[in-house]
Amino acid sequence: MSISDDTPWPASRRAVLRDALGIGAATGAYGISFGAISTAAGLSFLQTMALSLLMFTGGSQFALVGVIAGGGSPLAGAATAVMLGSRNALYGLRLAPLLQTRGRRRFAAAQLVIDESTAMAIGPDDRRTARYAFYATGLSVLGLWNLGTAVGALGAKALQDPSVLGLDAAAAAAFLALLGPRLRGREPWAVAVVAALVAVVAVPLVPPGVPVLVAALVAVAAAYRPVRR
Amino acid sequence: MIWLGVLLGCAGCYLLKLAGLSLPASWLEKPRLQRISTVMPVALLAALIGVQTFAAGQRVVFDARLVGLAVAGVAVWRRWPFLVVVGLAAASTAAVRWVAR
Repeated sequence: MSISDDTPWPASRRAVLRDALGIGAATGAYGISFGAISTAAGLSFLQTMALSLLMFTGGSQFALVGVIAGGGSPLAGAATAVMLGSRNALYGLRLAPLLQTRGRRRFAAAQLVIDESTAMAIGPDDRRTARYAFYATGLSVLGLWNLGTAVGALGAKALQDPSVLGLDAAAAAAFLALLGPRLRGREPWAVAVVAALVAVVAVPLVPPGVPVLVAALVAVAAAYRPVRR
Repeated sequence: MIWLGVLLGCAGCYLLKLAGLSLPASWLEKPRLQRISTVMPVALLAALIGVQTFAAGQRVVFDARLVGLAVAGVAVWRRWPFLVVVGLAAASTAAVRWVAR
């Protein structure tokens, strides 16, 4: 995307809309894999759709169904999902001065606070474009993510045994794809390796679903470690 | 029981989004909050990868999923699209199972 300050508004709006639809289409494709993995994990079609519509934050949704697929309790899944969603609060703090929402509008805008809409909204220099980018991206992703989820869920339902297609391994691959872009520099690598080790070591010691919560302590420890500059 | 987890998870995730838009901007200056919300996704995603690949109930096992993860690792490293990463991982795991059956 290349929008400079002097680009006329209709032109910059078209450029933003094009990007928003492109991102929506990409996440829609990704929604297909979510729908399939969620159904393979044992969630019903309605439960799967409720996640895409109401939770609407991909990483957390994959986390919840991943924990349930591993035999963990749905509550441990919910706790993991909420912790993974904590970054959305930080996005909201960054977005608040750009969006300046009030009243009922804020309750609607909040649901659209996700990775993609935030990335698009903090790009442009002026507030009008930023706001447009936020809503265009948020709504496009919401629509196509849910459409993709429905397609994937119905498709996987038609299968007899999802493990034949390797769908149980697809969840780990999805997490890896989400993690990859965050592994810039030595610290995230260290946190990732230690957290994965802690979780796997905890597998025989605590009930399913809980190892991931134990690994969250690694994040807290890393955050409290003094930063070297 | 699944519904309870689904609805509580949805409510928690929504409240976090709403809190971000509603809290005073001064919270952005809390460095610890920033650190936790940057590091938390890394730790949780890595832990989920470990558990999804090696856990079978409460046992640690090495099976066909490991091949899928390795293939996914190459695909992520090559920056292939998300769907390709997931598709290749599933296909290679399925292929190993089919050969080993």
